[in-house]
Amino acid sequence: MTLTTTSKNVKEVNQVVVRFAGDSGDGMQLTGSRFTAVTSLVPNDTATLPDYPAEIRAPAGTLAGVSSFQLHFSDHDILTPGDKPDVLVAMNPAALKAHLSMVKSGGIILVNSDSFDERSLGKAGYGSNPLDDGTVKPYRVYEIPMTKLTLEACKSVGVKPRDAERSKNFFALGLLSWMYTRPVQPTIDWIEERFASNEMVKEANLRSYKAGYNFGETAEIFEARYEVAPSRFESGTYTNVPGNTALAWGLVVASRLAKMPLFLGSYPITPASDILHELAKLKNFGVRTFQAEDEIAGAGSALGAAYGGCLGVTTTSGPGIDLKAETIGLAAHLELPMVIVDIQRVGPSTGIPTKTEQADLLAVVHGRHGESPVPVVAAMSPGHAFDAAIEACRIAIEYRTPVYLLSDGYVANSSEPWRLPDLDALPAIDPHFLDTPNHVDDQGNASYWPYVRDPDTFARQWAIPGTPGLEHRMGGLEHADGSGNVAYDTLNHEKMTQLRQAKLDAISKSIPLLAVDDPDGLGGAEVLAVSWGSTYPAVLAGVRRTRKRGLKVAMVHLVHLNPFPSNLGEILGRYRKIIVPEINMGQLWTLIRARYLVDAESISKVQGIPFKAAEIESAILDALDKRRVARS
Amino acid sequence: MSDGVATAVSRPDTPASTRKDWVSDQEVRWCPGCGDFTILAAMQTLLAEMGARRESTVFVSGIGCSSRFPYYMNTYGIHSIHGRAPAFATGLAVARPDLDVWVITGDGDALSIGGNHLIHTLRRNVNINIILFNNQIYGLTKGQFSPTSEVGKVTKSTPYGSLDTPFNPVSLALGAEATFVARTHDMDRKHMMEVLRQAYDHRGTSFVEIYQNCNVYNDGAFNDITSKDRRADYLIPLVHGEPIRYGKDGEFGVSRGEDGMLHLVKVADVGEDALLIHDMSLDNPSQAFELSRLARGPHEPTPIGVFRSVDCPEYGYEVARQLAEVEGRKGIGDLSALLRSSGTWVVE
Repeated sequence: MTLTTTSKNVKEVNQVVVRFAGDSGDGMQLTGSRFTAVTSLVPNDTATLPDYPAEIRAPAGTLAGVSSFQLHFSDHDILTPGDKPDVLVAMNPAALKAHLSMVKSGGIILVNSDSFDERSLGKAGYGSNPLDDGTVKPYRVYEIPMTKLTLEACKSVGVKPRDAERSKNFFALGLLSWMYTRPVQPTIDWIEERFASNEMVKEANLRSYKAGYNFGETAEIFEARYEVAPSRFESGTYTNVPGNTALAWGLVVASRLAKMPLFLGSYPITPASDILHELAKLKNFGVRTFQAEDEIAGAGSALGAAYGGCLGVTTTSGPGIDLKAETIGLAAHLELPMVIVDIQRVGPSTGIPTKTEQADLLAVVHGRHGESPVPVVAAMSPGHAFDAAIEACRIAIEYRTPVYLLSDGYVANSSEPWRLPDLDALPAIDPHFLDTPNHVDDQGNASYWPYVRDPDTFARQWAIPGTPGLEHRMGGLEHADGSGNVAYDTLNHEKMTQLRQAKLDAISKSIPLLAVDDPDGLGGAEVLAVSWGSTYPAVLAGVRRTRKRGLKVAMVHLVHLNPFPSNLGEILGRYRKIIVPEINMGQLWTLIRARYLVDAESISKVQGIPFKAAEIESAILDALDKRRVARS
Repeated sequence: MSDGVATAVSRPDTPASTRKDWVSDQEVRWCPGCGDFTILAAMQTLLAEMGARRESTVFVSGIGCSSRFPYYMNTYGIHSIHGRAPAFATGLAVARPDLDVWVITGDGDALSIGGNHLIHTLRRNVNINIILFNNQIYGLTKGQFSPTSEVGKVTKSTPYGSLDTPFNPVSLALGAEATFVARTHDMDRKHMMEVLRQAYDHRGTSFVEIYQNCNVYNDGAFNDITSKDRRADYLIPLVHGEPIRYGKDGEFGVSRGEDGMLHLVKVADVGEDALLIHDMSLDNPSQAFELSRLARGPHEPTPIGVFRSVDCPEYGYEVARQLAEVEGRKGIGDLSALLRSSGTWVVE
């Protein structure tokens, strides 16, 4: 069927921020991701921020149980999920209470008025009804009896009222689709496919969706609909997937590029589990997934598979890296490739599992006993998680080293339009397995020495089990370079320690030089903002805002955190004022001050949510004001 | 001793080897007189006899005296992390089903710091041979009690005697439903080689406990069972299909009493027909478990031999089968299609 739209006035806007909020059982994540999917088809540029409680079903109706999904879409290139919603969809009083203060003044609020009964108001901690007592006065509020209208729409389907009520998120989706002139058919097709196995649920969802759409069309309460014109994208094929999915695909692609079967050893943990889920589906790509008994076995099995010549990967989040540390130290010592994916979340300890943070940086760079250098690569956006995964695998395989791949809860669960890469253009990764002896002893016998190195990269020559004549022993005891024989002498240990560090340093030769985004040329701006990982979009958005004010602001983004790109020191040296915004207490800041002796300033936020563009803008303004004060 | 059990499988195209071929160029650094030497020699001799291939053989160990073992085998070898050898070996065996993977471990390595990995490896039935050198003491750290030390053990860390109840490794393995569980000791190389041979031939995880004497920190712990003069009265040989009896003239045995429990009996008292016939192929591990509980420690008559050997699906094989099955159904994965699987749009 087609839904007709006729009458109302359509207003063009450049960008909109919508936040769907409801109880964690209300299906807000599904509603948000569907709305994002159809918005991508316009195509508008999009950036999302899902936010949900750690509990699967937190107490219904309470503030703790509120789940939300924010989407920013526009007719131009955007970076962040938006600072303040223009539109809040609140499915219950708790959702309204939790999110009201963030809505733009004069913004639109759509509430499910059926849920504003005394009991629900009480659970949300409202003494009186905020819809009546003036609380929502600064906003344009639409009270819509979504539950009643959904039940009405589903009446003839034969589904029980309790089940029918669960379709009310599709009513909201339909209403928003009308309001923002989103394409309708793709969602109808999606509902038909997704719920194909349950005719009644499918029908209830379809009817609710259409009822929501038609309500917008016929109810005489909305002054206008809105249209956001297509954004201009670089030509290509696009998709929209969360960072965890893109990261999983990057691992699979790297496995193909290296012709090494992918082995994932993993223990379930939020918010990393979706990588395990995605890879577990991909058995026809030769992917072996092993759900281990614990985090340690996840890492241990991955290293064992790597020793056998597979691309060994383990995935985890914060607490898991503490447990894997000893295995990573062994991998660094043996010089075996392995990729450890850390989807950072709020810590320490269990922290807040579903909220984002960047506070594992120092732990992954330094958090092992002994001198144990490990390369670190960080994903800066959902689509970039794909590239970062391939880069981590490349370094691991070519340099025979464990590599940390950092992502975070924000990158993992949010999504953006992602232009698909040209797979044929991706360079192969060559593990260079050795199959002939590389050493001849005094008696003329040929054998294999596991620690014979490439003079430039310091990567060792690598033979895997099953190769005749190259049998050898390796272990966690200090060993001699070359032969790999156990060696306790102290000068040898110093030599080996320096060699392992030299190998890490040599990696920087394979990393592209950093490009500074400075409209006034290198060193021209008054302040340099340094971003890493998921601070990228907010920092860039903040930088753009200050440039619009006529300020001279430069930016540089780090994908490689260990080793740093070789020209980072030179770049930092060109700016008198440097700010380092991070979702931690200043960890990159600590590293670059220690390494380059520059007087950078830390901009810290640890609220479990990403920076807003406005916060970066204000930090840059502060930085420049401070400088003026210092001069006077 | 192995009636009805598969013995050495001759492998085609295997070059003949001798024990010497399996000896690495590394100097063996165990204390003189250590029981580990016997086990090393038995393993090297056995693999030559079995026609195993050096390039396809991998020894993985954790930390401890026994875990130095891989350095002395002229095969592939990894001396890994305390307790984690089963995890490492699981990844290797699942990724590379073509390899023969052995785990060499000790009582502290396998049962204390690595207990979790051990039980999970056993329940999964990954194709690994786990050889546990049990000397009931921490040797490498110079003499603390271990999870198999008897209660009251006086050591440096327990000057007034240890309070912990020990594990019985065979009971533990059977509790995890290990598909091959055996016990042997370091004073009978022939028996040890026969047990190791069966472990090698078993598909899935084999678990072998070896009573191994630490002549420095726990000398004589197994003397009742291993010394020639006492062995007959303390070592209960388990022979598949045979009545379980022991003693110089076979005058003692194991019988199920009227209370339903297994008891040590005098054959003269109960008659030969009342003796329990050992059956290691029972699907239900209960009887094997009962046998493992006959002795509270190696100072009481103790069953030695193969407790359990049953055929069950092997984990690595099942993983490979599932991969092949999905590939058969969906075809070899197409990366381009994968990247398009969540829907796409094209911008001209």
